[in-house]
Amino acid sequence: MRKLVIAISLLAFAGSAYADPIKGRQALMKERGKLAGQISKVVKGETPFDTAAVLDALKALQANAEKFDVDTLFPAGSDKGDTTAAPKIWEDMAGFKTAEDKFLADTKAAVASPPADVDALKAQLNTLGGDCGTCHQTYRIKKS
Amino acid sequence: MAWLKKLVGAVIVLGAAAAGASWVLSAPVRLDAGTVADLGPGDAARGKRIFYAGGCTSCHARPGAQGDARLELVGGLELKTPFGTFVPPNISQDRKDGIGAWSEADFANAMLKGVSPSGEHFYPAFPYASYARMKPADIADLYAFMKTLPAVAGKAPDHRLSFPFTIRRGIGLWKLVYLSPEPVIALPEGAPDKVLAGRYLVEGPGHCGECHTPRDFAGGVRKSDWLAGAVAAEGSGVVPNITPDGKGVKDWSEADIANYLETGFTPDFDSVGGAMVDVQRNIAQLTADDREAIAAYLKAVPPHPNGYPARKPAS
Repeated sequence: MRKLVIAISLLAFAGSAYADPIKGRQALMKERGKLAGQISKVVKGETPFDTAAVLDALKALQANAEKFDVDTLFPAGSDKGDTTAAPKIWEDMAGFKTAEDKFLADTKAAVASPPADVDALKAQLNTLGGDCGTCHQTYRIKKS
Repeated sequence: MAWLKKLVGAVIVLGAAAAGASWVLSAPVRLDAGTVADLGPGDAARGKRIFYAGGCTSCHARPGAQGDARLELVGGLELKTPFGTFVPPNISQDRKDGIGAWSEADFANAMLKGVSPSGEHFYPAFPYASYARMKPADIADLYAFMKTLPAVAGKAPDHRLSFPFTIRRGIGLWKLVYLSPEPVIALPEGAPDKVLAGRYLVEGPGHCGECHTPRDFAGGVRKSDWLAGAVAAEGSGVVPNITPDGKGVKDWSEADIANYLETGFTPDFDSVGGAMVDVQRNIAQLTADDREAIAAYLKAVPPHPNGYPARKPAS
Protein backbone atom coordinates (compact mmCIF):
# COMPACT_ATOMS: atom_id res chain seq x y z
CA MET A 1 0.00 0.00 0.00
CA ARG A 2 2.76 2.41 0.93
CA LYS A 3 4.54 1.54 -2.31
CA LEU A 4 1.40 2.29 -4.27
CA VAL A 5 1.01 5.69 -2.62
CA ILE A 6 4.61 6.50 -3.37
CA ALA A 7 4.22 5.38 -6.95
CA ILE A 8 1.10 7.50 -7.42
CA SER A 9 2.68 10.57 -5.90
CA LEU A 10 5.78 10.07 -8.03
CA LEU A 11 3.61 9.88 -11.11
CA ALA A 12 1.69 12.98 -10.08
CA PHE A 13 4.95 14.79 -9.47
CA ALA A 14 6.31 13.73 -12.83
CA GLY A 15 3.04 14.84 -14.40
CA SER A 16 3.25 18.38 -13.07
CA ALA A 17 6.97 18.95 -13.50
CA TYR A 18 7.28 17.37 -16.92
CA ALA A 19 3.91 18.25 -18.41
CA ASP A 20 4.24 18.15 -22.17
CA PRO A 21 5.84 21.49 -23.06
CA ILE A 22 4.58 21.26 -26.64
CA LYS A 23 0.97 20.98 -25.50
CA GLY A 24 1.56 23.72 -22.94
CA ARG A 25 2.85 26.28 -25.41
CA GLN A 26 0.23 25.34 -27.97
CA ALA A 27 -2.54 25.96 -25.42
CA LEU A 28 -1.17 29.42 -24.65
CA MET A 29 -0.91 30.24 -28.37
CA LYS A 30 -4.50 29.05 -28.92
CA GLU A 31 -5.67 31.32 -26.11
CA ARG A 32 -3.78 34.24 -27.64
CA GLY A 33 -5.54 33.66 -30.93
CA LYS A 34 -8.92 33.55 -29.22
CA LEU A 35 -8.28 36.85 -27.45
CA ALA A 36 -7.00 38.46 -30.65
CA GLY A 37 -10.21 37.21 -32.26
CA GLN A 38 -12.37 38.91 -29.62
CA ILE A 39 -10.54 42.19 -30.18
CA SER A 40 -10.67 41.83 -33.94
CA LYS A 41 -14.44 41.40 -33.88
CA VAL A 42 -14.71 44.79 -32.20
CA VAL A 43 -12.33 46.37 -34.72
CA LYS A 44 -14.40 44.95 -37.58
CA GLY A 45 -17.60 46.23 -35.96
CA GLU A 46 -19.04 42.75 -35.43
CA THR A 47 -19.30 43.31 -31.68
CA PRO A 48 -19.91 46.76 -30.16
CA PHE A 49 -17.04 48.64 -28.54
CA ASP A 50 -17.23 48.20 -24.78
CA THR A 51 -14.41 49.80 -22.81
CA ALA A 52 -14.49 47.29 -19.96
CA ALA A 53 -14.71 44.19 -22.17
CA VAL A 54 -11.86 45.42 -24.37
CA LEU A 55 -9.69 46.13 -21.35
CA ASP A 56 -10.45 42.63 -19.99
CA ALA A 57 -9.29 41.08 -23.27
CA LEU A 58 -6.09 43.14 -23.25
CA LYS A 59 -5.42 42.20 -19.62
CA ALA A 60 -5.94 38.55 -20.49
CA LEU A 61 -3.40 38.92 -23.31
CA GLN A 62 -0.91 40.40 -20.86
CA ALA A 63 -1.52 37.56 -18.39
CA ASN A 64 -1.04 35.08 -21.21
CA ALA A 65 2.25 36.72 -22.22
CA GLU A 66 3.44 36.64 -18.61
CA LYS A 67 2.72 32.91 -18.39
CA PHE A 68 4.73 32.29 -21.55
CA ASP A 69 7.97 31.19 -19.92
CA VAL A 70 10.30 30.33 -22.76
CA ASP A 71 12.72 28.24 -20.70
CA THR A 72 9.96 25.95 -19.42
CA LEU A 73 7.95 25.79 -22.64
CA PHE A 74 10.84 25.35 -25.08
CA PRO A 75 13.29 22.99 -23.33
CA ALA A 76 16.06 21.47 -25.43
CA GLY A 77 14.72 18.54 -27.43
CA SER A 78 11.16 19.85 -27.70
CA ASP A 79 11.74 20.70 -31.36
CA LYS A 80 10.85 17.05 -32.06
CA GLY A 81 7.31 15.78 -32.18
CA ASP A 82 4.02 17.28 -33.24
CA THR A 83 5.23 20.87 -33.32
CA THR A 84 5.63 23.70 -35.79
CA ALA A 85 8.35 25.33 -33.70
CA ALA A 86 11.31 26.08 -35.96
CA PRO A 87 14.81 24.80 -35.09
CA LYS A 88 15.78 28.47 -35.31
CA ILE A 89 14.32 28.94 -31.79
CA TRP A 90 17.10 26.86 -30.27
CA GLU A 91 19.74 28.29 -32.59
CA ASP A 92 18.81 31.84 -31.63
CA MET A 93 17.21 31.63 -28.20
CA ALA A 94 18.12 35.26 -27.45
CA GLY A 95 16.34 36.52 -30.58
CA PHE A 96 13.30 34.39 -29.79
CA LYS A 97 13.11 35.77 -26.25
CA THR A 98 13.47 39.33 -27.55
CA ALA A 99 10.49 38.81 -29.85
CA GLU A 100 8.44 37.38 -26.97
CA ASP A 101 9.50 40.22 -24.65
CA LYS A 102 8.34 42.76 -27.22
CA PHE A 103 4.90 41.14 -27.27
CA LEU A 104 4.73 41.27 -23.46
CA ALA A 105 5.82 44.92 -23.43
CA ASP A 106 3.22 45.79 -26.09
CA THR A 107 0.41 44.11 -24.11
CA LYS A 108 1.48 46.02 -21.00
CA ALA A 109 1.50 49.30 -22.94
CA ALA A 110 -1.99 48.54 -24.27
CA VAL A 111 -3.34 47.81 -20.78
CA ALA A 112 -1.64 50.92 -19.39
CA SER A 113 -3.36 53.19 -21.93
CA PRO A 114 -6.73 51.53 -22.58
CA PRO A 115 -8.15 52.43 -25.99
CA ALA A 116 -10.94 55.00 -25.90
CA ASP A 117 -12.42 54.09 -29.26
CA VAL A 118 -12.31 51.58 -32.10
CA ASP A 119 -9.57 53.45 -33.97
CA ALA A 120 -7.27 53.39 -30.96
CA LEU A 121 -8.00 49.69 -30.49
CA LYS A 122 -7.29 49.05 -34.16
CA ALA A 123 -3.86 50.65 -33.82
CA GLN A 124 -3.12 48.45 -30.81
CA LEU A 125 -4.29 45.31 -32.58
CA ASN A 126 -2.03 46.20 -35.52
CA THR A 127 0.95 46.41 -33.17
CA LEU A 128 0.12 43.16 -31.39
CA GLY A 129 -0.74 41.35 -34.63
CA GLY A 130 2.53 42.61 -36.08
CA ASP A 131 4.33 40.96 -33.16
CA CYS A 132 2.60 37.65 -33.97
CA GLY A 133 3.78 37.87 -37.58
CA THR A 134 7.33 38.94 -36.76
CA CYS A 135 7.81 35.95 -34.48
CA HIS A 136 6.06 33.46 -36.77
CA GLN A 137 8.11 34.68 -39.72
CA THR A 138 11.30 33.29 -38.24
CA TYR A 139 10.42 30.88 -35.47
CA ARG A 140 7.61 28.77 -36.88
CA ILE A 141 7.60 26.31 -39.78
CA LYS A 142 4.39 24.93 -41.18
CA LYS A 143 4.95 21.38 -42.38
CA SER A 144 1.51 20.42 -43.67
CA MET B 1 34.29 0.42 -92.26
CA ALA B 2 33.06 3.13 -94.53
CA TRP B 3 29.63 2.90 -92.91
CA LEU B 4 31.17 3.62 -89.49
CA LYS B 5 32.89 6.71 -90.82
CA LYS B 6 29.60 7.83 -92.29
CA LEU B 7 27.83 7.24 -89.00
CA VAL B 8 30.43 9.15 -87.03
CA GLY B 9 30.29 11.91 -89.58
CA ALA B 10 26.50 12.05 -89.33
CA VAL B 11 26.62 12.17 -85.55
CA ILE B 12 29.14 15.00 -85.63
CA VAL B 13 27.10 16.96 -88.16
CA LEU B 14 23.87 16.44 -86.20
CA GLY B 15 25.58 17.27 -82.92
CA ALA B 16 27.03 20.45 -84.35
CA ALA B 17 23.65 21.38 -85.79
CA ALA B 18 21.98 20.78 -82.42
CA ALA B 19 24.63 22.81 -80.64
CA GLY B 20 24.28 25.58 -83.20
CA ALA B 21 20.50 25.53 -82.89
CA SER B 22 20.74 25.63 -79.09
CA TRP B 23 23.08 28.56 -79.34
CA VAL B 24 20.68 30.45 -81.56
CA LEU B 25 17.60 29.44 -79.54
CA SER B 26 19.20 30.36 -76.23
CA ALA B 27 20.02 33.92 -77.29
CA PRO B 28 18.58 36.63 -75.04
CA VAL B 29 15.51 38.20 -76.66
CA ARG B 30 14.71 41.82 -75.92
CA LEU B 31 11.36 43.59 -76.15
CA ASP B 32 10.35 44.75 -79.60
CA ALA B 33 10.54 48.45 -80.40
CA GLY B 34 6.76 48.81 -80.34
CA THR B 35 6.46 47.64 -76.73
CA VAL B 36 9.31 49.89 -75.67
CA ALA B 37 7.65 52.87 -77.38
CA ASP B 38 4.38 52.03 -75.59
CA LEU B 39 5.97 52.26 -72.15
CA GLY B 40 5.56 56.03 -72.03
CA PRO B 41 6.36 58.17 -69.02
CA GLY B 42 5.46 56.48 -65.75
CA ASP B 43 3.68 57.90 -62.72
CA ALA B 44 5.52 57.37 -59.41
CA ALA B 45 2.38 57.62 -57.27
CA ARG B 46 0.72 54.79 -59.21
CA GLY B 47 3.99 52.88 -59.25
CA LYS B 48 4.01 52.65 -55.45
CA ARG B 49 1.04 50.27 -55.62
CA ILE B 50 2.84 48.11 -58.18
CA PHE B 51 5.98 48.13 -56.03
CA TYR B 52 4.05 46.63 -53.10
CA ALA B 53 2.09 44.26 -55.31
CA GLY B 54 5.41 43.05 -56.74
CA GLY B 55 6.97 42.56 -53.32
CA CYS B 56 10.36 43.83 -54.57
CA THR B 57 11.48 44.71 -51.07
CA SER B 58 10.89 41.19 -49.69
CA CYS B 59 13.95 39.93 -51.55
CA HIS B 60 15.96 43.07 -52.33
CA ALA B 61 15.97 44.85 -48.95
CA ARG B 62 18.83 44.13 -46.60
CA PRO B 63 17.95 40.87 -44.78
CA GLY B 64 15.90 41.59 -41.66
CA ALA B 65 15.31 45.25 -42.55
CA GLN B 66 12.25 46.84 -40.94
CA GLY B 67 10.33 50.07 -41.53
CA ASP B 68 11.82 52.61 -43.97
CA ALA B 69 14.97 50.52 -44.30
CA ARG B 70 12.87 48.18 -46.45
CA LEU B 71 13.07 50.83 -49.18
CA GLU B 72 16.86 50.53 -49.30
CA LEU B 73 17.11 47.86 -51.99
CA VAL B 74 20.73 46.95 -51.49
CA GLY B 75 20.23 43.16 -51.86
CA GLY B 76 22.18 40.46 -50.07
CA LEU B 77 19.48 38.01 -48.95
CA GLU B 78 20.42 34.35 -49.51
CA LEU B 79 17.89 32.10 -51.23
CA LYS B 80 19.08 28.55 -50.73
CA THR B 81 17.57 26.32 -53.40
CA PRO B 82 18.31 22.89 -54.90
CA PHE B 83 20.16 24.70 -57.73
CA GLY B 84 22.45 26.58 -55.37
CA THR B 85 22.28 29.85 -53.47
CA PHE B 86 20.82 32.87 -55.23
CA VAL B 87 21.61 36.33 -53.89
CA PRO B 88 19.24 39.11 -54.98
CA PRO B 89 21.37 42.03 -56.21
CA ASN B 90 21.37 45.73 -55.37
CA ILE B 91 18.46 47.35 -57.26
CA SER B 92 18.69 50.68 -55.46
CA GLN B 93 19.25 53.87 -57.43
CA ASP B 94 23.01 53.72 -56.95
CA ARG B 95 24.45 54.30 -60.43
CA LYS B 96 27.40 51.98 -59.97
CA ASP B 97 26.19 49.17 -57.69
CA GLY B 98 22.44 49.41 -58.30
CA ILE B 99 20.20 50.20 -61.26
CA GLY B 100 20.35 54.01 -61.08
CA ALA B 101 21.91 54.14 -64.56
CA TRP B 102 19.25 51.94 -66.19
CA SER B 103 16.92 53.42 -68.79
CA GLU B 104 13.22 52.67 -68.69
CA ALA B 105 13.75 50.24 -71.59
CA ASP B 106 16.52 48.45 -69.64
CA PHE B 107 14.15 48.09 -66.72
CA ALA B 108 11.30 46.79 -68.91
CA ASN B 109 13.61 44.24 -70.54
CA ALA B 110 14.61 42.96 -67.12
CA MET B 111 11.03 42.73 -65.85
CA LEU B 112 9.32 41.36 -68.95
CA LYS B 113 12.12 39.43 -70.69
CA GLY B 114 14.59 38.62 -67.93
CA VAL B 115 17.43 40.24 -69.91
CA SER B 116 20.04 42.54 -68.37
CA PRO B 117 21.21 45.80 -69.97
CA SER B 118 24.42 44.03 -71.04
CA GLY B 119 22.36 41.35 -72.78
CA GLU B 120 22.69 38.47 -70.31
CA HIS B 121 19.90 36.27 -69.05
CA PHE B 122 18.83 36.77 -65.44
CA TYR B 123 18.22 33.64 -63.40
CA PRO B 124 14.49 33.04 -62.95
CA ALA B 125 14.89 33.22 -59.15
CA PHE B 126 14.05 36.81 -60.15
CA PRO B 127 10.40 36.02 -60.91
CA TYR B 128 10.21 37.56 -64.38
CA ALA B 129 8.30 34.49 -65.55
CA SER B 130 5.43 36.07 -63.57
CA TYR B 131 6.31 39.71 -64.25
CA ALA B 132 6.18 38.90 -68.00
CA ARG B 133 2.37 39.02 -67.61
CA MET B 134 2.45 42.67 -66.45
CA LYS B 135 1.12 45.61 -68.42
CA PRO B 136 3.84 47.83 -69.91
CA ALA B 137 2.13 50.87 -68.34
CA ASP B 138 2.57 49.32 -64.89
CA ILE B 139 6.25 48.69 -65.61
CA ALA B 140 6.65 52.36 -66.51
CA ASP B 141 4.91 53.44 -63.28
CA LEU B 142 7.07 51.09 -61.23
CA TYR B 143 10.21 52.47 -62.90
CA ALA B 144 9.10 56.00 -61.98
CA PHE B 145 8.47 54.98 -58.35
CA MET B 146 11.81 53.21 -58.02
CA LYS B 147 13.49 56.43 -59.19
CA THR B 148 12.19 58.04 -55.96
CA LEU B 149 13.92 55.44 -53.73
CA PRO B 150 17.36 55.98 -52.17
CA ALA B 151 20.67 55.14 -53.80
CA VAL B 152 22.60 52.74 -51.58
CA ALA B 153 26.16 51.72 -52.41
CA GLY B 154 27.35 48.14 -52.03
CA LYS B 155 27.43 45.10 -54.26
CA ALA B 156 25.69 41.96 -53.06
CA PRO B 157 27.78 38.76 -53.33
CA ASP B 158 27.47 36.65 -56.49
CA HIS B 159 25.13 33.67 -56.77
CA ARG B 160 26.75 30.40 -55.73
CA LEU B 161 25.41 27.73 -58.06
CA SER B 162 26.40 24.25 -59.09
CA PHE B 163 27.14 23.12 -62.66
CA PRO B 164 25.35 23.15 -65.13
CA PHE B 165 23.27 25.98 -63.66
CA THR B 166 26.35 28.18 -63.84
CA ILE B 167 25.81 28.45 -67.62
CA ARG B 168 23.58 31.48 -68.00
CA ARG B 169 23.06 30.90 -71.69
CA GLY B 170 21.08 27.77 -70.84
CA ILE B 171 18.36 29.98 -69.37
CA GLY B 172 17.50 30.95 -72.94
CA LEU B 173 16.20 27.42 -73.53
CA TRP B 174 14.35 27.52 -70.21
CA LYS B 175 12.63 30.71 -71.32
CA LEU B 176 11.39 29.07 -74.53
CA VAL B 177 9.41 26.67 -72.36
CA TYR B 178 8.39 28.78 -69.37
CA LEU B 179 8.33 32.45 -70.36
CA SER B 180 5.03 33.71 -71.73
CA PRO B 181 2.90 36.80 -71.25
CA GLU B 182 -0.27 34.67 -71.46
CA PRO B 183 -2.42 34.23 -68.33
CA VAL B 184 -2.10 30.85 -66.59
CA ILE B 185 -5.80 30.36 -65.93
CA ALA B 186 -8.09 30.87 -68.92
CA LEU B 187 -11.20 32.40 -67.38
CA PRO B 188 -14.57 31.91 -69.06
CA GLU B 189 -16.01 34.60 -71.32
CA GLY B 190 -17.78 37.21 -69.22
CA ALA B 191 -15.79 36.50 -66.03
CA PRO B 192 -16.36 39.36 -63.55
CA ASP B 193 -13.93 42.28 -63.73
CA LYS B 194 -13.00 41.62 -60.13
CA VAL B 195 -11.79 38.10 -60.94
CA LEU B 196 -9.84 39.39 -63.95
CA ALA B 197 -8.23 42.09 -61.82
CA GLY B 198 -7.33 39.45 -59.24
CA ARG B 199 -5.85 37.20 -61.90
CA TYR B 200 -3.61 40.02 -63.04
CA LEU B 201 -2.40 40.76 -59.50
CA VAL B 202 -1.84 37.11 -58.54
CA GLU B 203 -0.33 35.80 -61.79
CA GLY B 204 1.58 38.96 -62.71
CA PRO B 205 3.12 41.38 -60.20
CA GLY B 206 2.11 39.37 -57.10
CA HIS B 207 3.96 36.29 -58.48
CA CYS B 208 2.11 34.11 -55.93
CA GLY B 209 2.57 31.02 -58.10
CA GLU B 210 6.34 31.17 -57.75
CA CYS B 211 6.11 29.78 -54.21
CA HIS B 212 2.60 28.29 -54.08
CA THR B 213 2.97 26.09 -57.18
CA PRO B 214 5.18 22.98 -57.34
CA ARG B 215 8.07 23.02 -59.81
CA ASP B 216 9.23 20.45 -62.32
CA PHE B 217 12.78 19.05 -62.71
CA ALA B 218 13.89 22.13 -64.63
CA GLY B 219 12.59 24.54 -62.01
CA GLY B 220 9.59 25.71 -64.04
CA VAL B 221 6.22 25.99 -62.31
CA ARG B 222 3.83 23.11 -63.07
CA LYS B 223 0.86 25.05 -64.38
CA SER B 224 -1.30 21.90 -64.17
CA ASP B 225 -0.95 22.19 -60.37
CA TRP B 226 -1.36 25.94 -60.24
CA LEU B 227 -1.33 27.24 -56.63
CA ALA B 228 -1.64 23.68 -55.26
CA GLY B 229 1.08 24.29 -52.68
CA ALA B 230 4.67 23.07 -52.78
CA VAL B 231 7.67 22.06 -50.79
CA ALA B 232 9.37 25.38 -50.08
CA ALA B 233 11.81 26.16 -52.93
CA GLU B 234 14.08 27.89 -50.45
CA GLY B 235 14.30 27.38 -46.73
CA SER B 236 12.27 24.57 -45.15
CA GLY B 237 8.68 23.47 -44.65
CA VAL B 238 5.84 23.66 -47.15
CA VAL B 239 3.99 26.49 -48.84
CA PRO B 240 0.25 25.85 -48.55
CA ASN B 241 -2.27 24.87 -51.18
CA ILE B 242 -4.36 28.00 -51.84
CA THR B 243 -6.72 26.56 -54.43
CA PRO B 244 -10.34 26.13 -53.29
CA ASP B 245 -9.42 22.55 -52.21
CA GLY B 246 -6.56 23.67 -49.96
CA LYS B 247 -7.16 22.29 -46.47
CA GLY B 248 -6.14 25.57 -44.85
CA VAL B 249 -8.34 27.86 -46.94
CA LYS B 250 -11.30 25.67 -47.91
CA ASP B 251 -13.60 27.23 -45.34
CA TRP B 252 -12.41 30.80 -45.86
CA SER B 253 -14.84 33.24 -47.44
CA GLU B 254 -13.61 35.89 -49.87
CA ALA B 255 -13.91 38.37 -47.00
CA ASP B 256 -11.73 36.09 -44.85
CA ILE B 257 -9.00 36.02 -47.52
CA ALA B 258 -9.12 39.80 -47.95
CA ASN B 259 -8.99 40.30 -44.19
CA TYR B 260 -6.03 37.94 -43.85
CA LEU B 261 -4.14 39.88 -46.51
CA GLU B 262 -4.94 43.13 -44.70
CA THR B 263 -4.37 42.17 -41.06
CA GLY B 264 -2.33 38.96 -41.09
CA PHE B 265 -4.97 37.07 -39.08
CA THR B 266 -6.59 33.87 -40.32
CA PRO B 267 -10.34 33.44 -39.65
CA ASP B 268 -9.53 31.36 -36.53
CA PHE B 269 -6.97 33.95 -35.42
CA ASP B 270 -3.81 32.17 -36.11
CA SER B 271 -1.34 34.63 -37.62
CA VAL B 272 0.56 34.83 -40.87
CA GLY B 273 4.01 33.21 -40.68
CA GLY B 274 7.18 32.43 -42.58
CA ALA B 275 7.96 34.14 -45.87
CA MET B 276 4.28 35.13 -46.13
CA VAL B 277 4.76 37.75 -43.39
CA ASP B 278 6.57 40.12 -45.73
CA VAL B 279 4.11 39.34 -48.52
CA GLN B 280 1.13 40.14 -46.29
CA ARG B 281 2.70 43.40 -45.15
CA ASN B 282 3.20 44.40 -48.77
CA ILE B 283 -0.32 43.43 -49.81
CA ALA B 284 -1.68 45.38 -46.82
CA GLN B 285 -0.38 48.49 -48.65
CA LEU B 286 -2.69 47.89 -51.62
CA THR B 287 -6.31 49.01 -51.78
CA ALA B 288 -9.23 47.07 -50.31
CA ASP B 289 -10.44 46.57 -53.91
CA ASP B 290 -7.15 44.91 -54.80
CA ARG B 291 -7.38 42.49 -51.88
CA GLU B 292 -10.98 41.66 -52.72
CA ALA B 293 -9.97 41.02 -56.33
CA ILE B 294 -7.22 38.62 -55.23
CA ALA B 295 -9.75 36.81 -53.02
CA ALA B 296 -12.27 36.54 -55.85
CA TYR B 297 -9.65 35.07 -58.19
CA LEU B 298 -8.47 32.53 -55.61
CA LYS B 299 -12.05 31.31 -55.30
CA ALA B 300 -12.27 31.02 -59.11
CA VAL B 301 -9.12 28.96 -59.83
CA PRO B 302 -9.43 25.19 -60.43
CA PRO B 303 -9.23 23.16 -57.20
CA HIS B 304 -6.24 20.79 -56.84
CA PRO B 305 -5.06 18.31 -54.21
CA ASN B 306 -1.89 19.32 -52.37
CA GLY B 307 1.14 19.78 -54.60
CA TYR B 308 3.46 18.42 -51.93
CA PRO B 309 3.81 14.99 -50.28
CA ALA B 310 1.91 14.20 -47.07
CA ARG B 311 3.79 14.90 -43.90
CA LYS B 312 5.65 11.95 -42.42
CA PRO B 313 4.29 10.90 -39.01
CA ALA B 314 6.07 12.69 -36.19
CA SER B 315 8.96 10.68 -34.83
